[in-house]
Amino acid sequence: MKFTCLCQGGGFNFPPCHILNVSGFHVLFDCPLDLSALTVFSPLPNDFYKAICKENSDSQNRQKVEKPLDANDLIFAEPWYKTVNNLHLWNVSFIDVVLISSPMGMLGLPFLTRMEGFSAKIYITEAAARIGQLMMEELICMNMEYRQFYGAEESSGPQWMKWEELELLPSALRKIALGEDGSELGGGCPCIAHVKDCISKVQTLRFGEEACYNGILIIKAFSSGLDIGACNWIISGAKGNIAYISGSNFASGHAMDFDYRAIQGSDLILYSDLSSLDSTEDIDQSSFSDDNNNWEELMNSLSNYDESVEEMEKLAFICSCAIDSVKAGGSVLIPINRVGVFLQLLEQIAIFMECSSLKIPIYIISSVAEELLAYTNTIPEWLCKQRQEKLFSGDPLFAHVKLIKEKKIHVFPAVHSPKLLMNWQEPCIVFSPHWSLRLGPTIHLLRRWSGDHNSLLVLENEVDAELAVLPFKPISMKASESSTLTKDTATEVSSVSRGMEDSCQFFRCYFILSLPLFRK
Amino acid sequence: MAIDCLVLGAGQEVGKSCVVVTINGKRIMFDCGMHMAYNDHRQYPDFSRISKSCDFNNAIDCIVITHFHLDHIGALPYFTEICGYNGPIYMTYPTRALAPIMLEDYRKVLVDRRGEVEQFTSDHIAECMKKVIAVDLKQTVQVDKDLQIRAYYAGHVLGAAMFYAKVGDSAMVYTGDYNMTPDRHLGAARIDRLQLDLLITDFDFHGICLVFQFTFCKCYNSEIEYRNSLFIDYAAAVSDTVDYIIVSYLISLPCPEMEALAFGLRSTYATTVRDSKYAREREFLKAAASSVLHTAVASILSFVVIIVVHKCVAGGGKVLIPAFALGRAQELCILLDDYWERMNLRVPIYFSAGLTIQANMYYKMLISWTSQKVKETYNAFDFKNVHNFDRSLIDAPGPCVLFATPGMLTGGFSLEVFKHWAPSEMNLITLPGYCLAGTIGNKLMSGNPTIELEGTKIDVRCQIHQLAFSPHTDGKGIMDLVKFLSPQHVILVHGEKPKMATLKERIQSELGIKCCDPANNESVCIPSTHYVKAGASDAFIRSCLNPNFQFLKSGSEEKSVSGSKCTEGTLPLWIKDERVAEGILVLEKSEKAKVVHQDELLLMLGEKRHEVQFAYCCPVNVDELEKFTTTSLTPTARMLRDPNKSSLIRLLVAKLSRKLSEGNIQDFGEHLQVESFHLSVCLKDTCPYRITNGLEDKPRTAFFCCTWSAADDKLARKIISAMENRDLVET
Repeated sequence: MKFTCLCQGGGFNFPPCHILNVSGFHVLFDCPLDLSALTVFSPLPNDFYKAICKENSDSQNRQKVEKPLDANDLIFAEPWYKTVNNLHLWNVSFIDVVLISSPMGMLGLPFLTRMEGFSAKIYITEAAARIGQLMMEELICMNMEYRQFYGAEESSGPQWMKWEELELLPSALRKIALGEDGSELGGGCPCIAHVKDCISKVQTLRFGEEACYNGILIIKAFSSGLDIGACNWIISGAKGNIAYISGSNFASGHAMDFDYRAIQGSDLILYSDLSSLDSTEDIDQSSFSDDNNNWEELMNSLSNYDESVEEMEKLAFICSCAIDSVKAGGSVLIPINRVGVFLQLLEQIAIFMECSSLKIPIYIISSVAEELLAYTNTIPEWLCKQRQEKLFSGDPLFAHVKLIKEKKIHVFPAVHSPKLLMNWQEPCIVFSPHWSLRLGPTIHLLRRWSGDHNSLLVLENEVDAELAVLPFKPISMKASESSTLTKDTATEVSSVSRGMEDSCQFFRCYFILSLPLFRK
Repeated sequence: MAIDCLVLGAGQEVGKSCVVVTINGKRIMFDCGMHMAYNDHRQYPDFSRISKSCDFNNAIDCIVITHFHLDHIGALPYFTEICGYNGPIYMTYPTRALAPIMLEDYRKVLVDRRGEVEQFTSDHIAECMKKVIAVDLKQTVQVDKDLQIRAYYAGHVLGAAMFYAKVGDSAMVYTGDYNMTPDRHLGAARIDRLQLDLLITDFDFHGICLVFQFTFCKCYNSEIEYRNSLFIDYAAAVSDTVDYIIVSYLISLPCPEMEALAFGLRSTYATTVRDSKYAREREFLKAAASSVLHTAVASILSFVVIIVVHKCVAGGGKVLIPAFALGRAQELCILLDDYWERMNLRVPIYFSAGLTIQANMYYKMLISWTSQKVKETYNAFDFKNVHNFDRSLIDAPGPCVLFATPGMLTGGFSLEVFKHWAPSEMNLITLPGYCLAGTIGNKLMSGNPTIELEGTKIDVRCQIHQLAFSPHTDGKGIMDLVKFLSPQHVILVHGEKPKMATLKERIQSELGIKCCDPANNESVCIPSTHYVKAGASDAFIRSCLNPNFQFLKSGSEEKSVSGSKCTEGTLPLWIKDERVAEGILVLEKSEKAKVVHQDELLLMLGEKRHEVQFAYCCPVNVDELEKFTTTSLTPTARMLRDPNKSSLIRLLVAKLSRKLSEGNIQDFGEHLQVESFHLSVCLKDTCPYRITNGLEDKPRTAFFCCTWSAADDKLARKIISAMENRDLVET
């Protein structure tokens, strides 16, 4: 067995990427895109003239002198998407299996599947595949705006990618665009045909379904609790079981809980995502050192520690901020980040508005929102216990179904939808993509409200806020950084493993790796 | 090890499905149903047979429920709450969601209508449901260390599943009711090709029994109109298990699709066609029919209902559809809503309060369990033309369509509406399902013009129309499934005895699979599979790795296919590497089984090698030998007059080398050798290997003593027959 880290990833939206060589097969875990790198591009300019001026003037004006970043330093071009660079060190035809653990881990897949010689079998959970597909379609749709603005790409590759142009970039941007060693680059946006092709190559699984690869590996997905459809993997071969734990969440308010029972009895556990380990406080270890504690107790203590409560508190904080802004006459812009959190936030805000008897419209502006909202109400098998109880009692799984019917939430495909223009009312609360503040309806709305000091922009702390809002400066709008939700359970997972060692009667855990271990 | 199968219900009968299976010590109860026809102890399975002491928690490892119909789940609250079973219960998500509704519905009917003592309360149902673990399709659930179960899509009702159970090496499938042809809103049953010791399949009493007919009560104005309308009536036996199809309907509707349907149905199912007038249009309809033929019969019939309903509302009548909350109502409603949309009809469709808007909510959330077609439209259960019904609308003027509970007109709201609407000729009552004997629905079907209700007589003048078909599996479906899975044994349950006996015969004779249909409370014991893991020795594995190449020149046919490119000496070479490994399986007591190479065996056993040698003293006529050789070897002829050993051998070599194509003949003067075949001249008078039947009398007969080992037996026999001048044709 050989385990290689291709990329450590960075947070929720950029899960890590690994290759495992087991029983003679190469298994690739996840194929994400680093969408945070989009920030080096300028959002779509308001007027074409400005863009042209910039193009003509910049080569002279830019000097190698470091000065504070300026909106004009950004690249004015159709954005490129950064894939996992180290993946190119591998011959794609040698990859046998691709396992995708979350919708975010799927975004780079069209880049991979369109490569020549790619023939691996791709496994992904049904829900993650569906949500991932919607996310890709949305990305393409948003990217289309750029393409219409800048025109089709030149065959020689974009202007900005020429070496001398890149050299001129301010170092902070260059680092994002090219990586630490200056070798990373991405690719142009795939087209819808690529996505279709990619989806057709995918084999979808349900939680706990056994997929047999080549008669040798049995692959099973188990809920990781991170997002709807996100999963951990168990690969059973002739010589034992390997569990691959992606970013996991013990108690989620939306997705099915982390299925820790499934990893019992694994011979080897690979923790892939400890990226937020340092950000989480250490759990009191004394509670685990007790000899008498057993697995069940440990699990109870972990779920009592209750992330979902913490998560709800954070959501409540955002909601109260939003309510304050709206009361002051401003509008609230919430870029859609994670599907599960987005759905929860919708519910919460509606409840808060009800409580404060506000009648402010909530708009969701996204090309795929309607489908996404409809889909999320049909997947009880992928959701947490509380939501499943809703199915059993005959209530909708998420409150948005009712809210849309009551016309408290309005869903539109784009900013320029005629219905939206007829319906538009300010102040309002808007959910729209994209969280990088470089794509989608968000940029238009942000420009509109950036001067309004009563308005509020909600950002996740995973995003480099300074850089993200750079092109919208001067900004008097408040920006609330919600440190929500990013909380990973790395510490908890590792304490679980500690617990496992303690309680040998439950586990046959030979050794535990924490990653990254080897780098190619 | 064996699989024990105790049939507690639905053995040679229909109702209260309940089978307790013991596999390698694990006990699973499949379904826990009730019998609707009884009110006494016979309505529940006889649970005391599971455990004399009624300690069910230790007696049973888990309960598995296939779907939410009462004959599969009706006894569950009784068993868990009254009998005290506390262990795990597995069912699919939709079943978990819908079962409480069915149970509560049934409890209400018992208490409210029949005034009977309830066997379980609402609280019992709620408590029982808390013990349920919902599973997803194909999810492999580890019940405990050894027991594994998995659900497969059955397509009978929403959430219906077949269950696979595995303990150790033994595996089985319990199907419950299933449906092998896709329905309008459900897909067909899907299962992997599994290795099974046992398949327990529901037979079901309906077979495919499609009854579709109009019953015109006295509302039928004129006999003439009746005749003039194009009326087709036929009954056909499709296959031995399909009971009958009666399709009779009015075709006066101006709808080409309708006619096509009639044709489609007739050509698929009818053996007798009574209507000659219709035959003239055959050519015209053929094209139209072909587009309909592939749809399932169920959908065709549902479609006919729509047309009938449309006809009624077009005439200003009201349509009452008494239905149970789940299943048929949703299916018909999808069709109606869709049809309304396409035809741009404005007539309202109502759901009575008790039903169904609520049930629709469930269907919406569980849409991933429906057919592909429905799944693709996210809003299939978002009916646009459907509204809630209000009591005040009963006597409102104008046409409408109303779905009301309960089905079969057993009481409640549907019966109340029936009282108001039945006397009008314009109205229509559609019964979208089977009606039990004794219900008003059943009386209507038998053509009763007056119905007595609570002392008052109701003059039924409206049209009555029944669509009775069951989405259960048919004989062909069962055969297909059994053939596909090819289990070691089949047990048939949930069906009438004579029909099951017929199918049992077919399974045994056509598929050669052992099959039985035990009666209630009978137990069947079946041997189960037990795999032995055998280790392989290194030498054996090495011998497996030896390549066994065979190089074949491709024939002329291949050459012509590959074209002229490779004609110049580059004939494609075919390399075959079929490896056959020989090993010896050693099974010793108290030791692991092992596969070893044959060379190792002696070492392992500490025995000496014994070889089998064949010996035969072969007589050869020297004259003939000479005759054969003189033609070519004249100079040596003289020498042969006085035969000595070496010359005889030499002669023999010459002869054999002509006759034999294979083997390398080695002449050692005194003897000759081909592989292990050894031959020398025998000068003894009596050789123990000589077969003496008067050969000694013949002069000039030389004897050759031959020995060979078993491996070269074939070659040796060829040589000998060549020596004896027998033909080399296979002996």
